[in-house]
This record gives sequence, structure tokens and C-alpha cells, in this order.
Amino acid sequence: MPSLILSTATRYLLPLMLLFSVFVLIRGHNEPGGGFIGGLVASTAYALYAISSGVEKARAALPIEPRYIIAVGLGIAVTSGMISMILGDPFMTSQWLDTVFPVIGKVGTPVMFDTGVYLVVIGVTLTIIFNLAEGE
Amino acid sequence: MVINLENVIDWFILPLLVIAVVIVFIRLVKGPELPDRVVSLDLMTSIGIGIIATYAMATGEQVLIDVAIILALISFLGTVAFAYYIERRAS
Repeated sequence: MPSLILSTATRYLLPLMLLFSVFVLIRGHNEPGGGFIGGLVASTAYALYAISSGVEKARAALPIEPRYIIAVGLGIAVTSGMISMILGDPFMTSQWLDTVFPVIGKVGTPVMFDTGVYLVVIGVTLTIIFNLAEGE
Repeated sequence: MVINLENVIDWFILPLLVIAVVIVFIRLVKGPELPDRVVSLDLMTSIGIGIIATYAMATGEQVLIDVAIILALISFLGTVAFAYYIERRAS
């Protein structure tokens, strides 16, 4: 029962939602937004693809299994905390680079931590959604 | 009363949208069948997007426009998921 209208609309909506999730993630430090909301929007995009084209295709569209995305995200988040320990400050002290990038702004360990949260949220949500959809 | 944008938003547009939400909510409670309720829920989120956009105009907060965009992208998915389960239940 795949719907032609839905799958055609998804083809345009999926890149738009992924782009918007990255936009929310990058903006998140100084304005509303952040890793959690960005991750939810990105996983919503994959959930839409799973509804319109089936769970198998949505799994194939991901580069790696959702479980491994959780592990990578947690690794990035912990590494962002360890960087300040290597430099001699307490765990999770913010470290900022002095260079300002044109679109992103200042880059430091909070951005890295947010990226880790983003990946963890995508992994957890997609694990739940795919398992629920396959379990029927 | 002076007729300018702020007064029109405060005394005309926002009350009208709130009345619309109340009317749609009555349909959500009464709605004889599940599809009626799904359609009314979808309409409620659309009116919500309208309220957020109007409020963003009234206060000049640009951030609220992004909230409206995200809500427009996500609420579509909710209706699609409801339609998916209604169709599955029928078969």
C-alpha cells in the first residue's frame, strides 16, 4: 500500500528536514535550538521515510546501524569532556578556538558535545522506531 | 481605538484564531469516527502554526518563525502516521 504522493513528497522533504536539523544544531549555542531538538528533527525525517517506503529501505539509507550511532555519539560527547582534562582544567570545562568560522561561528568543546547529543538522540529514536515498526 | 497592525493582531486576529481552536476542539471531542478526530487534530496544529506566526509578528521575535517551520514539518508526519494506522486497521 505505498502511496505515490507520499513517497514523492518524502523525496523532497527528507533533505529539507536533515538540513534544518543541522541548522538547528549549529545555531543551538547562542539561540534556541541544540543537539536534542536537531536530533529529533533528523530522526523524524528517517521515520517519515520508513513510513513511506518501508523500514528496510530506511535502514539501508542509514550509513551504519542505529545502535552504532549511539556509541559514536557517546564517544564524541565523552571526548569533548576529556579535552579539557588533557589541557589541565577540570572535566568538561569549555575550551574555545579563537578563530571565528564564517557560518558556524566560534568552535569549541560545547559544539562537539552538542554534536554527540545529536548523534545519540538520532540513534536512540531510530532504534525505538525501527524496532516498533518491525515488531508488528 | 487606533487601527494599526498591533491593535488588529491583539483585538482581531488572535481572538479569531483562538475561537477557531475552540470550535475545532469541540469537533475533536464529538467527532463520531476516528478519521474526523485525526483531521481536527491536524487542523488544530495548522491553527497553532498560524498563532505562532502571528505572535512572532506582534513581538518581533524572529526565533518563533523557526518554531513555526519545525511544527509545520513535524505535524505533517503525525497526520501521515495516523493515516497509516487507520488504513492498516481497516484492512
